[in-house]
Amino acid sequence: MVQVELLDIPFDPWTYLADWQGHRSQQSARSGATAVFVGVMRDFNEGDDVREMFLEHYPGMTERQLEQLATDAMQKWLLDDVLLVHRVGNISPSQPIVLVAVWSAHRAAAFDACRQIMEVLKHTAPFWKRETLTDGSVRWVENNTPG
Amino acid sequence: MSVKVLFFASLRERLGVGQVMLDATGPLSVAEVWQRSSGGAALPTNVLVSINHEYADVGKQVQPGDEVAFFPPVTGG
Repeated sequence: MVQVELLDIPFDPWTYLADWQGHRSQQSARSGATAVFVGVMRDFNEGDDVREMFLEHYPGMTERQLEQLATDAMQKWLLDDVLLVHRVGNISPSQPIVLVAVWSAHRAAAFDACRQIMEVLKHTAPFWKRETLTDGSVRWVENNTPG
Repeated sequence: MSVKVLFFASLRERLGVGQVMLDATGPLSVAEVWQRSSGGAALPTNVLVSINHEYADVGKQVQPGDEVAFFPPVTGG
């Protein structure tokens, strides 16, 4: 199954994973591989020190795009489960922004699907980062890092 | 009927508006929606467009009742 969540408060991805693993314990013997990606806010960007960030999104379209890209990955790699959690709102350095976890029978599908979900998310999910630097100036992040 | 037009992030700040309702009695092109809602500025080449939460080309037609959004390249994750 696919589970997508948007959160406007800080979250602990490892607690999320533990809870999810508990819920799916009956299925766990089917999945020989679990791949996990956690994206965390850095305290620097483009050579500047960053104090905080606001993550804007497009309510409605964001959920739709995330569910679509997770469902596409499920079908392409025949995954067992996809869990996708993404923050919105105010975020501080070292706080998690995104969690992607995929379960599949074998490792190749798990690794490839996890990477692909993140890459598609970064190019299609309608989120925008506005960062506040340590000198108090505010700017919109114009581009993704290459990888 | 009307078309709901939304602008996000730096584009919203540049235009000074987040939402515009356009009167529409028939189909409009995306370019027409942009011109009527943004004050006549040229559509920036890197702006992304969605219609009813799906990405759309600028050549696509907008129907009365649709929700159209214009926004800069996305930077999530």
